Amino acid sequence: MGDYAMRIVIIGAGKIGVTLADQLAREGHEITVVDRASAMLEQVATLDVMTVEGNGISIEAQVEAGVPNADLAIAVMSTDEQNLLACLIAKKLGVGNTIARVRNPEYSTGIRMVKDDLGLSMALNPELASASEIARILRTPAAIKIDTFSKGRVELHKFRIPDGSVLNGMQLMELGKLQTGVLICVVERGANDVFIPSGSFTLLAGDRISFVAKPKTAYKFFHKIGVETNPVKRVLLIGGGRISYYLARQMLDFGANVKIIEANRAVCNELSERLPDATIIHGDGTNEKLLAEEGLARMDAVATLTGIDEENVLMSLYARSVSEAKIITKINRTTFSHIIKSMDLGSVFHPRYIAADHIVRYVRAMQNSLGSNVETLYKIVGNKAEALEFRATAKSLVCGKPLMELRLRPNLLIGAINRGGKILTPAGRDTIEPGDTVIVVTSATGLNDLDDIIR
Amino acid sequence: MNYRMILSLLGHILLIISAALLLPCIVALCYGESVLALLVTVGICTVTGTALILLRPKRNRMMHAREGFVMVSLSWIVISLVGALPFYISGAIPSYVDAVFETVSGFTTTGASILNAPEALPHCLLFWRSFTHWLGGMGVLVFMLAVVPLSGDSIYLLRAESPGPSVGKMVPKMRTSALILYAIYFVITLLQILAYRIGVWCGWGEISVFDSFCIAFGTAGTGGFSLTSAGLAAYSSYEQTVTTVFMLMCGVNFSIYFFLICRKFKLVWKNSELKAYLAIAFSAIAIITLNLMLKGGYFTNVRAAIHHVSFTVGSIMTTTGYGTVDFSLWPEFSKAILIVLMIIGGCAGSTSGGMKVSRMMILIKSARSSVRHMLHPHSVEVMTMDGKRVDRDVIDGSFAFLAVYVLVAVFSMTLLSLDNLGAETSVSAVMATLNNIGPGVSSLVGPCGSFSVFSDLSKVVMIADMLFGRLELFPMIMLLRPTTWRKHG
Repeated sequence: MGDYAMRIVIIGAGKIGVTLADQLAREGHEITVVDRASAMLEQVATLDVMTVEGNGISIEAQVEAGVPNADLAIAVMSTDEQNLLACLIAKKLGVGNTIARVRNPEYSTGIRMVKDDLGLSMALNPELASASEIARILRTPAAIKIDTFSKGRVELHKFRIPDGSVLNGMQLMELGKLQTGVLICVVERGANDVFIPSGSFTLLAGDRISFVAKPKTAYKFFHKIGVETNPVKRVLLIGGGRISYYLARQMLDFGANVKIIEANRAVCNELSERLPDATIIHGDGTNEKLLAEEGLARMDAVATLTGIDEENVLMSLYARSVSEAKIITKINRTTFSHIIKSMDLGSVFHPRYIAADHIVRYVRAMQNSLGSNVETLYKIVGNKAEALEFRATAKSLVCGKPLMELRLRPNLLIGAINRGGKILTPAGRDTIEPGDTVIVVTSATGLNDLDDIIR
Repeated sequence: MNYRMILSLLGHILLIISAALLLPCIVALCYGESVLALLVTVGICTVTGTALILLRPKRNRMMHAREGFVMVSLSWIVISLVGALPFYISGAIPSYVDAVFETVSGFTTTGASILNAPEALPHCLLFWRSFTHWLGGMGVLVFMLAVVPLSGDSIYLLRAESPGPSVGKMVPKMRTSALILYAIYFVITLLQILAYRIGVWCGWGEISVFDSFCIAFGTAGTGGFSLTSAGLAAYSSYEQTVTTVFMLMCGVNFSIYFFLICRKFKLVWKNSELKAYLAIAFSAIAIITLNLMLKGGYFTNVRAAIHHVSFTVGSIMTTTGYGTVDFSLWPEFSKAILIVLMIIGGCAGSTSGGMKVSRMMILIKSARSSVRHMLHPHSVEVMTMDGKRVDRDVIDGSFAFLAVYVLVAVFSMTLLSLDNLGAETSVSAVMATLNNIGPGVSSLVGPCGSFSVFSDLSKVVMIADMLFGRLELFPMIMLLRPTTWRKHG
């Protein structure tokens, strides 16, 4: 891993900055965090990173943090303008790549125009990224989370087995009889247990399973096990922040009926102006009467997106009790995760993780050009399991051999093989050929090459 | 407390020690001496070390601040107890307390010896004795961090073992930082050995290969074990000058050398601790020379005076403790200056002991700003060092350090006075061990004396003082707190 370690400077030790520092340091990169406030830097004191106190926009602080020799600078300070300026300076100082967080929707078109002039490698909009991820789920409401591989040809679905499902008490080898063509690769049970299951594994109601499948097969699978997968028609968004705005726009494009409840009159006015097709309600989302009046019980999907975690949790639990809707809950805090998991809150989103994941994926791709051949990486359960997409080269040791002859590492599954756009669900006689991309699910972390899958 | 994690890391430390003991084994083979005592110790270390590593917990590998402190102090105690075995088993030092004193003095880079005639030891043990200086100078745990991959939480280990009020990493990754430190350390040691060899080739001295290795180990670690009771007086003035220069170099913060390698000359030039360190050293040399020349009768000419005074000041300030002359015979004023130098010590982030120049600077600046605050009660003042704000925590930490330092010193002096050897001896023995210097300024424990005059109780007190001094007080204090040992404290 150390061979491809990159020098990364993170400017701004806010929520995303700290999450990023943690994740990237764990992946073995050399991280330096810059922030004005030493109190903010305290948060990363226990990580294996270096800290520099100073204004991230100033040349002195950037030079001290080693920006001129760094491979990547990530600006995640509080305002867009600061981030853009910091990236511009970093680029002039000679950094390889820059990523800026730019969250104001009014800038998005402008940024696209000047991105090359600024030398910006990526403009990250955490709210847009979160909204896109939520939208993907609302299009397939049975899933809790969907990640994509091979440009969308393969999907990794996470799904919670409902009570009374045919899957309850079924062994994985019996699943083959259903002729579904999906491969269950990770099972989470309770708050802490994560399994990479073998054929004799028995599923139970309440398990959260992740499976690899082509989008169409996934629909078929849901149909066969008797789970409704019709895309949502009526969506209720509680809280009118930026994620709501982006999500509403995407769902409206998708042809859904969108209703937004927001407590601030000015924000309501703005939303109504910018989203003429949506219904904007001015009111308190924690008011039961209002929710009943606006037809909570008849909704297909409810997303609680206010800025207060506690309110979101309460409203989601309430919505779950009065309606059959698909529930989506936004949680800002990343702590108390096992409590959050133990509650039935539908799909739980941490915007911070989504933003960090986007950048980590970008870093992986950069690393790729430096020698590692990971194409895509998703964390499935926190840091306990990950799904990776590798590209096989002619030099790979695993090529040309039937899979059953490979001595794979324990707790590792080959989820799918993509051969020139054709997706194979691997069986024992299949082989990996040069040029294929291979999706691997494992609870071991730090795999860097396709050959790392064998012992 | 995560006992299993601590024990498994102690296992790693024991393996490092057993590997280090192979070097004196080679020396023994070269000189045809008995390797039995060394091999027995290697065996003990390897077996217990491996057994402890197997204890490594599968799930909970968390190291918090508390584990870090305990780990550091325990490992220093363990290496001292184990490192003393060769002396004891071979019968070279018949009393185990004496053997431990000698080893602690080695690892903590103190250089105080209970041997009246070190030349009586076989070569392999003399080598081991000096090599403990080299290992202890940069820290055994820093070495472990460079070798054993650990999770990010191990930053606490580095913090607890590195000298100085605050720890800044040179590069983002701790492991790389540790490697760089050891690389610089290694190169400085090699340069010094090379300088001695060049001197021999040019006919400026005739130091043996064995001696140059041992003296270089003692200098780089700022330890100060001499190979004969005559100290460094036996060597030529070229060799003494080389030693002076390298002693002063090892009292400098090692990150300065890193900046030099990275060609960041501005940072070196602006480093106020370096400037203060050099200013203190040179003015002390000037004042003591003047004092000695005015008193008369110590040196025949000014050149000889400057030569020996520079050596002594370098040796005392960097807390090395080599001697070319018996400075315990110098006038009171000069000795007082030497005691002040003992307390100040070298720079933070070097291998030297004492309170450290930067901590002194923080204390003085803070005291000055308190006085100014009394005159202007509404004034707001942010303290800076090298143009950077110093956190309140660091200032508070320095005052806490001073308080604990004084308490430990006073307590030890009281216990030492039970031996009835006179105030000058007890005071300077405590100063010499707590600051990791070695010789004191009284004739009994001076450069020509030895610590064998003390009772076993006093020796144990001084063993503790040396460990307190090397680990900068706090890790050892943690061991004494009962709450540290509770499972959920």
